[in-house]
Amino acid sequence: MKYLTGFLAFWYNFIIGDDWTIAVGAVLALALGARMARSHAGAWLWLPLAVGLVLVLSLWRAVKAPDARM
Amino acid sequence: MFLILASFLASAVETVEALTIVLAVGITRGWRSVRLGVLAALGALTALVAALGPALTLIPIGVLRLVVGFLLLVFGMQWLRKAILRASGFVPLHDEAAVFEREMALAREAGPADRAGMDWYAFTLSFKGVFLEGTEVAFIVLTFGGTPGGIKLAAIGAAAAVLLVSATGVLVSRPLSRVPENTLKFAVGLMLTTFGVFWGGEGAGVDWPGADGALVAILAFLTVCSLILVASLSRYRRQQGAVAALRGG
Repeated sequence: MKYLTGFLAFWYNFIIGDDWTIAVGAVLALALGARMARSHAGAWLWLPLAVGLVLVLSLWRAVKAPDARM
Repeated sequence: MFLILASFLASAVETVEALTIVLAVGITRGWRSVRLGVLAALGALTALVAALGPALTLIPIGVLRLVVGFLLLVFGMQWLRKAILRASGFVPLHDEAAVFEREMALAREAGPADRAGMDWYAFTLSFKGVFLEGTEVAFIVLTFGGTPGGIKLAAIGAAAAVLLVSATGVLVSRPLSRVPENTLKFAVGLMLTTFGVFWGGEGAGVDWPGADGALVAILAFLTVCSLILVASLSRYRRQQGAVAALRGG
């Protein structure tokens, strides 16, 4: 059990890292991008903007809550 | 070229961090077990890339690009976030000299752990240092396998960085504290995020105007956004400091 918890914790830290909003934001940005691409709605413009928004949100959280910085 | 450079810079940053741990343990506790720990970690990382690399070819290219794009986006934005927080002063800059001193003190305090002629403390610490710092690089190299010939180019970049940083570290026998680590992290974060947006977008069915040329436009956009964020956060931090000083005084 200890090894399984350690294994899962390693992958959580590796992929999710310091701030879970980045991983969730990346999934949402790509999912919405795929939807927009199917309806030919300028998905190429959306993706860079979405990444910028996720970064702003993550940095804002880090600035407001020192625990979320590292 | 862009791909080799991204892989080279990412590997250089991680190698500098691993080198600090290896040097601290080696100087304090002797080199034999440390050398074995480093070799074992490099072997484990090579096995990881060799095992997962060919498996990537079995995944349909669209799905692969989406997964690779997601991973690069996540890694890239994490690096970029940390670099922006450091550049704006919210998080102290990474100090390799301080890490080196701390690791040396810990290695001195740890009691002797000799068994069968091996110092297992030194072995484990150097193995963990190299393997953990190297795993991210191994995954970056693997994710670049999503493009034709990408894995080879990324591996060349990574190998060149590991050789260059290790050789320099061995020559000077001190941690490479003069390497502008935050600037490198900033550049790598921008490159990984750019590739993540591009490949993730292709995997999601996005048709990029100008095909590969869109990479340059995405990179330029993200660079401008990041610099604006650094400037805004620095200004906000100064204002917060001024308000705190007024309240205190």
